[in-house]
Amino acid sequence: MSEKVLTKRFEISGYRGTIEEYLATGGYQAIPRALKEYSPESLIDLVRRSGLRGRGGAGFPTGVKWGFVPKDPTLTKYLVCNADESEPGTFKDRDLITRDPHQLLEGIILASYAIGCRTAYIYLRGEFVAGAVIMEQAIQDAAAHGFLGNNILGSGFNLKVHLHRGAGAYICGEETALLESLEGKRGLPRLKPPFPASAGLYRLPTVVNNVETLCNLPHIVLRGAEWFSSIGSPKSTGNRIFSVSGHVRRPGNYELPMDVPMRELIFQHAGGMRGDRRLKAVIPGGSSVPVLTEQHLDTRMDFESLAKAGSMAGSGGVMVMDDSTCMVRAGEIVARFYHHESCGQCTQCREGTAWLHKTLRRIEAGRGRKVDMDLLMDICDNMKGKTICPLSDAAAMPIESYLKYFGDEFEQHIVERACPFGSGGGS
Amino acid sequence: MRDASTISLTIDSRPTMVPQGTTLLDAARSLRIAIPTLCQVPSLPAQPGCRVCLVQVAQDGAVHLRTACSTPVTEGMEVLTEAEEAVNARTFVLEMLLADHPVDCLPEERGGRCELHALAKRHHLFSGSRFARQRAPFPIDDSHPLIRMDLNRCILCRRCVRACGEIQGHHVLGIAERGDRSVVIADDGKPLGESTCVSCGECVAYCPTGALAEKGPAWNEEVGAHQAITTICPYCGCGCQLDLHVKDGQVVTVGSNFDGPANRGSLCAKGRFGFQFIHSPDRLTMPLILEGSGFREATWEEALDLVAAGLREIAARHGADAIGVAASAKATNEENYLLQKLARAVLGTNNVDHCARLCHAPTGTALLSAFGSPAGTNSFADLEEAEALLVVGSNTTEQHPIAALPMKRLVARGVPLIVIDPRRIELARLATVHLAIRPGTDLAVLNGMAHVILEEGLWDRTFVQDRTEGFEAMQETARRYPPEVAASIAGIDPELLRRAARLYATRRPASIYYTMGVTQHTSGHQTVLALANLALLTGNLGKPGAGINPLRGQNNVQGACDMGALPDALPGYQSLDDPNVRERFESVWGRPVPKRPGLALTQILGRERQGAIRGLYLVGENALLAEPDMTETEAVLRSLDLLVVQDLFLTETARLAHVVLPAASFAEKDGTFTNTERRVQRIRKAVEPPGQAMADWQIVCALSRRLGTPMMYGHPGEIMAEIARLVPIYGGISYDRLESVSLQWPCPHRDHPGTPVLYANRFPRGRGRFHPVEWLPPDEVPDSDFPFVLTTGRTLFQYHTGTMSRRSDGLHLLEPEPYIEVNPIDADRLGAREGQKVAVVTRRGQIVAKTRVEAGTPPGVIFTTFHFSEAPANRLTNPALDPVALIPEFKVCAARLEPLNG
Ligand SMILES: Cc1cc2nc3c(=O)[nH]c(=O)nc-3n(C[C@H](O)[C@H](O)[C@H](O)COP(=O)(O)O)c2cc1C
Ligand code: SF4
Ligand code: SF4
Ligand code: SF4
Ligand code: FES
Repeated sequence: MSEKVLTKRFEISGYRGTIEEYLATGGYQAIPRALKEYSPESLIDLVRRSGLRGRGGAGFPTGVKWGFVPKDPTLTKYLVCNADESEPGTFKDRDLITRDPHQLLEGIILASYAIGCRTAYIYLRGEFVAGAVIMEQAIQDAAAHGFLGNNILGSGFNLKVHLHRGAGAYICGEETALLESLEGKRGLPRLKPPFPASAGLYRLPTVVNNVETLCNLPHIVLRGAEWFSSIGSPKSTGNRIFSVSGHVRRPGNYELPMDVPMRELIFQHAGGMRGDRRLKAVIPGGSSVPVLTEQHLDTRMDFESLAKAGSMAGSGGVMVMDDSTCMVRAGEIVARFYHHESCGQCTQCREGTAWLHKTLRRIEAGRGRKVDMDLLMDICDNMKGKTICPLSDAAAMPIESYLKYFGDEFEQHIVERACPFGSGGGS
Repeated sequence: MRDASTISLTIDSRPTMVPQGTTLLDAARSLRIAIPTLCQVPSLPAQPGCRVCLVQVAQDGAVHLRTACSTPVTEGMEVLTEAEEAVNARTFVLEMLLADHPVDCLPEERGGRCELHALAKRHHLFSGSRFARQRAPFPIDDSHPLIRMDLNRCILCRRCVRACGEIQGHHVLGIAERGDRSVVIADDGKPLGESTCVSCGECVAYCPTGALAEKGPAWNEEVGAHQAITTICPYCGCGCQLDLHVKDGQVVTVGSNFDGPANRGSLCAKGRFGFQFIHSPDRLTMPLILEGSGFREATWEEALDLVAAGLREIAARHGADAIGVAASAKATNEENYLLQKLARAVLGTNNVDHCARLCHAPTGTALLSAFGSPAGTNSFADLEEAEALLVVGSNTTEQHPIAALPMKRLVARGVPLIVIDPRRIELARLATVHLAIRPGTDLAVLNGMAHVILEEGLWDRTFVQDRTEGFEAMQETARRYPPEVAASIAGIDPELLRRAARLYATRRPASIYYTMGVTQHTSGHQTVLALANLALLTGNLGKPGAGINPLRGQNNVQGACDMGALPDALPGYQSLDDPNVRERFESVWGRPVPKRPGLALTQILGRERQGAIRGLYLVGENALLAEPDMTETEAVLRSLDLLVVQDLFLTETARLAHVVLPAASFAEKDGTFTNTERRVQRIRKAVEPPGQAMADWQIVCALSRRLGTPMMYGHPGEIMAEIARLVPIYGGISYDRLESVSLQWPCPHRDHPGTPVLYANRFPRGRGRFHPVEWLPPDEVPDSDFPFVLTTGRTLFQYHTGTMSRRSDGLHLLEPEPYIEVNPIDADRLGAREGQKVAVVTRRGQIVAKTRVEAGTPPGVIFTTFHFSEAPANRLTNPALDPVALIPEFKVCAARLEPLNG
């Protein structure tokens, strides 16, 4: 059994994540350590050596990202914690926020110190009402204990953390839309470059990091880069929290080394298939990634292995479907989501997501036409790699994969003019 | 040879070199390769949403699709604009857009003005789209009097939203909802006609599909059916360039001209929708002669003979100085030049003036004393470089809307804005500091600012030492205006005054803009001097982003002054006293130039000198409504032996004339206007004048022949050639140069590029001169009988005495009737409700109009405009004059309010 790091305290019975409990279990020790032993520069280097990669979806090396922030001390810099967690199938950040908020704050303080930030923001998904209350309290408590505010632990380092609640748009999880939203504007993704590290919030250098990414930092400071990089695979180091959902016996969050095999994750940790039905499909990294099938069960869950298998590690949301699932209906639901969430700037995405949804709904309802499968492929093809942000790709890639692995099922819908699973759509 | 800032690349296999930072789109354009675009707005940073400009880019072995509008070129790029993959991607975009776009604007039907359909044609998508319509039809929003909003045509390119917000700074249009539910809305979803839309029509100019379009048939007409003639707006002094679209000899619509140096395509409601007066049925088409109690139509021969005989008789009986000529800030430079030449060389008098007397005379007199040249120092373009902006007595967003655009962009960038104005006008709401002063106290406040700047050592010692004189005397006076004193005169908080002074003095460069709130006072001349003092004190002269800039009321105030339509100066502000100058003019004109300075317009029409002038030739000016104290003006006009009025319409003034001459409008003649930036720009004939109307310059020539000293020119260009010979600041200006550029004077010779920023190295008078200036209260102050201060001005949608704007349906619909602005507290106290009729009474008369309760107007102050003859504000105003500039005090008089029933 591998060691839990991020969720270790979850297992302490009665642990509610108060500052007293956090302190009593070794919390906030990374801060004095970092302030004393590390210059900002060497802290960035530590994180770079640890191999930590972003857990928000793109998997970008965190230390490298921090390294892009200009060193000019006269420039204001911002750290923004992306706590918008809206990717269907992903629910790990919610646990990290509500069950151990100080671990996240400690990570935020460390990251801020490293990049020279004096004002950090937590952009919290609007629906996380409980999380907002917990986080506000945590910020107050941390300040009362001298971990936030001016001259933190006598080091001369100052930091303020503000909590900002989103208003319920998936696109505001995309980092540049998030920054627009934080500035009080419509959440429309920005053109990149410039990347946030050079021109982010209010066009000033900004690092956006995912909740889970930041939660890793205290442990890396306390236990070292070598320890961290010894976990997982050489390029996907450390543990990650997999949010497993769907037709498994024990859905839930599982913290495991990055390179855990899919079979082990589903059949050992998540308890295997409900009712011992046959596994039909697995979405391994949140709704935005291509689907995999039984044949991929021995794939490891790290970034490289999943990419090689034709999918992506994404946000770690693992959705498991058994053989009772209609893949047209599954596709329709995914398409409905992106149709609803496209910001609407880019023609392909605005119109394409609508047409994917509409076409899939038609097929599922038994009103599909022969040409619809080609039409779907053509829409998907035209939505990929041609837009401002990757939401368009995220909408197209799963549908493409459904067609690739389950094309027969689509055809059956069209030929039989009905859903063979009897679900019949309706979204 | 190339430097690091040049990038070389190939586009469609053609090698090219462009400066770093160029976009692929512009690089391709420079090779005349047209990449399709839909969402691009050339003057704004790319927000590449439409994705129709995708091209294939190969670099370092990798091949990608990139949006050309947003991708900067990099070294070694190989771009294929028509690569199969790119064309396919584009076609798909078009297909998606066409799905929801009505086919009735296919090229055949709509003359190709719909950019989407033009692109569809280029990509062979005639039969529409594989995709069916998915949006429910939108009802057409017809609520706006001038603009139709048909969202069924909308392709969500957001050009309108960006034009409205980022270019014009109004932020009325926006997008509601997201994804394919996105929809263009006004405010929070109001019908456009009920929204805060200010009708500038910028959205119409940018909309590619006609989803937002001007009402009327123009949009549906074929592109080729219109001829576009580039000319200059006839309203305010911003000098916006625009295109008159002409069909069958009629101006059918006004289009943006994006090359306009002052406005870059932007227009305000007046410029875009105020053109119908050109074809108004009220236009004069024949000369009219007063006979008995009415007018009869006459031939030109008859009318001009009568005028010539009348003028000759007056000259014979009373001398040449009994004749006055009123030139016009609405006429061209060439015409003003001829009018003053007519007065001086033909009639033999310096009694020539024009309506600048009523708006910016103090600008002329004061800036001349301070710097040696009577004009604004900088340009709209360089205002963008300012680090602070001081706006005094100018409701810029309504009176000079296009000059307000760079101001609003500065504010958006966080540059501090200081506004000195009694009313809480739009700029005041955007201001960092608003000094809401009592009307007529500007001078005290400006002296107070000088005091703070001196006391706190914020002045520019080097500049004062090297380039100015008269510092001590000014300092001496400024000492008497500590902030507490100045602020109590003005009724403001001294701390705010200090802040204003510090902001202006410490952020450099800082620019000053001002207009009639400063000049239309008995202390107008002194107040402009006080502004000049501030600029000299802080060294804010001679560099971009600085300066002191009057905004001219009428389109050609600057030009009419430049051309010497002034009683005390020859063209180009050359001295009447200088024998060398006079000799030069005499040698070209072949006639003696009278020495004695003439009378100002306000003296000609004032009671004091009534009788001195027996005959008046009044061109393009509705003096009766425009001059102060209408009763007095009317008495003077009626007492003349001969009143000749030359105008487009039978104005209230023309009705009092003995002879009325029909003139051509700006759209019917060639010439030049000089805008408030000293920019000389060509106006061009687009249509024929109605009936027998003639251009002013032709009428003047015809009259001069009858007066025995013929002036003969075949074309205004020939007049400009004569101007260039005699007026050094126009020395390098000629029609052939103006064909392709505009030139800002001084432009002394043919190779001179013009002068965007004045006084970089020296002032025309050598050193800039400080003047000690003392504040004096306005001539008439409130008392128990007349407890209010009445102040007058203009509104966004109307103009001057309304002769043009009220005959333009569009504008008339937007502001149809006169009104009196009253603060809610005063309205309450007097029991005057919104819309209720109220009488405004002053010592000179009374008018009646509807009440408009307006919190932006301070208590104790009432405001009205002078656009409406049914409630002529100048029946009320005080004719007291500034002793130097001879401008009347339009901005302050004492008044009483009497609510009426009904
Ligand atoms: C459509 C879209 C939605 C996203 N939503 C989230 C999100 O909810 N949470 C998150 O952390 N990252 C999200 N991301 C990724 C962020 O853009 C960004 O890459 C991430 O916050 C960076 O943090 P990391 O480097 O720590 O992963 C999203 C990206 C896209 C394109
Ligand atoms: S891809 Fe979609 S979500 Fe992303 S910017 Fe474009 S329209 Fe918006
Ligand atoms: S109304 Fe016109 S300009 Fe505005 S988004 Fe629609 S198509 Fe574009
Ligand atoms: S700002 Fe002045 S010049 Fe420009 S369009 Fe409006 S009225 Fe005409
Ligand atoms: S023109 Fe480039 S994306 Fe619209």
